[in-house]
Amino acid sequence: MTALRAVNDFVVKFANVNGSGSASANGMFAKAVIRMGVPVAARNIFPSNIQGLPTWYEVRVCEAGYIGRRGGVDLMVAMNPQTWDADVASIEPGGYLFYDNTKPLPPEKFRKDINVLGVPLTAICNAAYRDPRQRQLFKNIIYVGALSYLLGMEVEVFETLIREEFKAKERLIPPNLEALHMGRDEAAKILQPIGLQMRRADKVGDRIFVEGNNAAALGAVYGGATVCAWYPITPSTSLAEAFTSYCEKFRVDPATGDHRYAIVQAEDEIASIGIVVGAGWNGARAFTCTSGPGVSLMQEFVGLSYFAEIPAVIFDVQRGGPSTGMPTRTQQSDLLSAAYASHGDTKHPLLLPEDPTECFEFGALAFDLSDRLQTTVFVMLDLDIGMNEWLCRPFQWDDTRRIDRGKVMTFEDLEAGKDFGRYLDVDGDGIPYRTYPGTHPDKGGYFTRGTSRDPYARYSEEGPVYVANMQRLLDKFDTAKSLVPAPIVRKAKRRTPYGVIYFGSTSPAMDESLDSLEASGVHLDALRLRAFPFTDQVLDFIAAHETIFVVEQNRDAQMRTLIMNEGGVDPGKLVSVLNYDGSPITARFITDEILRRAGDVAVRPVPQVAE
Amino acid sequence: MTYITKPRLHHPLLKPNGLGFTRRDYEGKVSTLCAGCGHDSISASIIQACYEIDLPPHRLAKLSGIGCSSKTPDYFLGNSHGFNSVHGRMPSVLTGANLANRELIYLGVSGDGDSASIGLGQFAHSVRRGVNMTYIVENNGVYGLTKGQFSATSDKGSKSKKGVVNHDQPIDLVGLALQLGASFVARSFSGDKAQLVPLIKAAIRHKGAAFIDVISPCVQFNNHAGSTKSFDYVREHNAAVNRLDVILERDEIVVDYAPGSVELVTQHDGSVLRLRKLASHYDPTDRLSAMTALQEHQAKGEIVTGLLYVDPEAEDLHDYLGTVDKPLNQLGDAELTPGSAALHALNASLR
Repeated sequence: MTALRAVNDFVVKFANVNGSGSASANGMFAKAVIRMGVPVAARNIFPSNIQGLPTWYEVRVCEAGYIGRRGGVDLMVAMNPQTWDADVASIEPGGYLFYDNTKPLPPEKFRKDINVLGVPLTAICNAAYRDPRQRQLFKNIIYVGALSYLLGMEVEVFETLIREEFKAKERLIPPNLEALHMGRDEAAKILQPIGLQMRRADKVGDRIFVEGNNAAALGAVYGGATVCAWYPITPSTSLAEAFTSYCEKFRVDPATGDHRYAIVQAEDEIASIGIVVGAGWNGARAFTCTSGPGVSLMQEFVGLSYFAEIPAVIFDVQRGGPSTGMPTRTQQSDLLSAAYASHGDTKHPLLLPEDPTECFEFGALAFDLSDRLQTTVFVMLDLDIGMNEWLCRPFQWDDTRRIDRGKVMTFEDLEAGKDFGRYLDVDGDGIPYRTYPGTHPDKGGYFTRGTSRDPYARYSEEGPVYVANMQRLLDKFDTAKSLVPAPIVRKAKRRTPYGVIYFGSTSPAMDESLDSLEASGVHLDALRLRAFPFTDQVLDFIAAHETIFVVEQNRDAQMRTLIMNEGGVDPGKLVSVLNYDGSPITARFITDEILRRAGDVAVRPVPQVAE
Repeated sequence: MTYITKPRLHHPLLKPNGLGFTRRDYEGKVSTLCAGCGHDSISASIIQACYEIDLPPHRLAKLSGIGCSSKTPDYFLGNSHGFNSVHGRMPSVLTGANLANRELIYLGVSGDGDSASIGLGQFAHSVRRGVNMTYIVENNGVYGLTKGQFSATSDKGSKSKKGVVNHDQPIDLVGLALQLGASFVARSFSGDKAQLVPLIKAAIRHKGAAFIDVISPCVQFNNHAGSTKSFDYVREHNAAVNRLDVILERDEIVVDYAPGSVELVTQHDGSVLRLRKLASHYDPTDRLSAMTALQEHQAKGEIVTGLLYVDPEAEDLHDYLGTVDKPLNQLGDAELTPGSAALHALNASLR
């Protein structure tokens, strides 16, 4: 039997029981990889409603820097008897199975084409600890210790991480160090290092390891958000929770202890967006965070925000389907329901961050954009970015940057006799001026409604008045094109008639796939969308290629629909690559799909010609 | 009829208030509601109340949902910002507006459909959160804009104009408000301006969630025999528990009633509520006894009106959230954005 051999390039998957305290031990393992200078991609996989409460943590170690999900498992750490069979079945031939062999298992529970690594974890714990909870918790550290030996990882890295982790509870440091060594020593006693090995490298640089929801919440703090109204829903809940803790850290008046923020856990998503719209109308920066079902409930208010021109920010952490659906699985399936949210003729800017760094940047930017455009701006995360720690560029902030509150008429403006028409386009960009309530005793007051008003906010149901307003809203949407983040183009090394469009969490898998396609002689120019509405750059890119693959994580090719609809693009030019099984898209999938579709659209290796 | 412009001429005898504003300065556009609508009387009472308490008109924000009642904010306080939001959702919009700027006065105007049916949840939650607001429900027991369907406050056994009898139990918003912790609860009748104006004044000066249920007969669809929200029915069954005068800081407090018949309640902002008792044993500062008395009167078929409950020391949502005194919508960059140094330290903790 062969044994997989690799250095700094393999996938370890931990199969655990929810609530067993494994998360911090597994997280420590991932962080140890980073501390050894090797890029890592770590993903939680947690079904929402299955007996045995299984959770998995998938760690991809990749010195080449690919942090998309690879697919496949080289080393399975099987700690959950309930999922044993499926876990064992998922190991690559020649891969490794690490398990607790305290109780012997019948031979049919194993596979002949994998390498089995048994360590009597329960026996070790039972001998060392009396307290059942301690036995459970330290078992996690013990297996991490054993893995550190098997994979050739530096024990000092783990020791440092333990000291950092328990800095606030120092008495926990010695027993954790002890457990680490217990596992390491036991493994060394009964096993040999395996074919998968780690070696110190220098490929991480100054990158940070953080969740997108956390980063987006930080972006909201830096973007000046003061009002957050939200309703718990997976996978967005941790965004509101992170905002709360960042506000406690950064937004408490040091002298008085008063809060420069207001966070309300509302009764539902409708109230959440209602509070956001009310606060936005009154000049505070406000947001809610939710997922697809919440966006459905918010539709009416999003339309009101569009027509009444009220700033609002919605972080949509996308997941699968409604109800019990696939709430703990990732998708990019709210694009259309966000872009065209609500009744009547409406459309809304979407920001499409590719990783937590952009969650932070776009999270802050969204508030400037929504004030500038006086409308709802969606920041479209997904579960993969939102709830997993990603290795990404560090956060940066320009201290000279100032909050852009958009067009707001002040007391002084009104006093100076400036003509105030709430829905009057004075600058030709479709964006009118607004006033905050309470600004001036007898100027600048207006009555906010849906659409039945003229440029001076006076009641009107006249057809031409309505049409003029709707046209102005289109002008405003055109203006948005120049304000949202531009797409990023990666040109192929050779001239090619093929292009690929992708966005969001697909990014790392796409980068990897482009490299592997290139290696097999298939060259594609790539465009990463970062926002809707689409700039001319997007349409020019499409025009400049014969065939464009549109890679997305939903069934109905929603981005492709959006591009066709908004850009008047020939549907025949846009070929879909769709991953929607709830798992993050992989480079293998994209590559295979593009190669498989190659026949349909005659993608072929481009003959080498002089450029 | 909004195309009719109101003349800007003031009657020379119109008396200015403490701010130099006349009653006319608190008016809005010409109403488009039916002639004789109870809602227009409530608008007039709001105008009178704001005028009498010397409220700078632009320091009040008026918000509403959808319905006949929700159209009325256009008909008073023309210099105030108004927001005709979506059906049943005024409370959340008002909550957000209040969070953004705690210095303004927030007046929410709603109807029985808007608050007791589609918006019952938002009504309840805004009240239990203690949003500092005056929440007026113009309660006619009927859907006027869509021509006469029963609303959730229609009494069981009451008859629609078409003769249909309502079989559903009514929702009593006053009872709910008491139970949900509203710190000011009143009921009045659009036809009794002398009772309503002081209640609105006191509610505006109240800190916390102030709720006023105003029975407001719909002359078009709910003012017939067999209706329990008609002018005649309400007049016949009105059981006022007290009469209120609001005494502002500038006024002298004169008590010229028999001992035991008057109660003085000083609100958080210094305004004094002088309550002349009409029903013996009614204590409007005791939530439990107020709830009991309400149930007893209602069991007798009476419509209890007056100031039903007040907690003069109530806290509001901003107190609970510990927000800064400065309105959130006026905080500047330095107060909001932690800067690059903080970010640098944070990055270091994420490696």
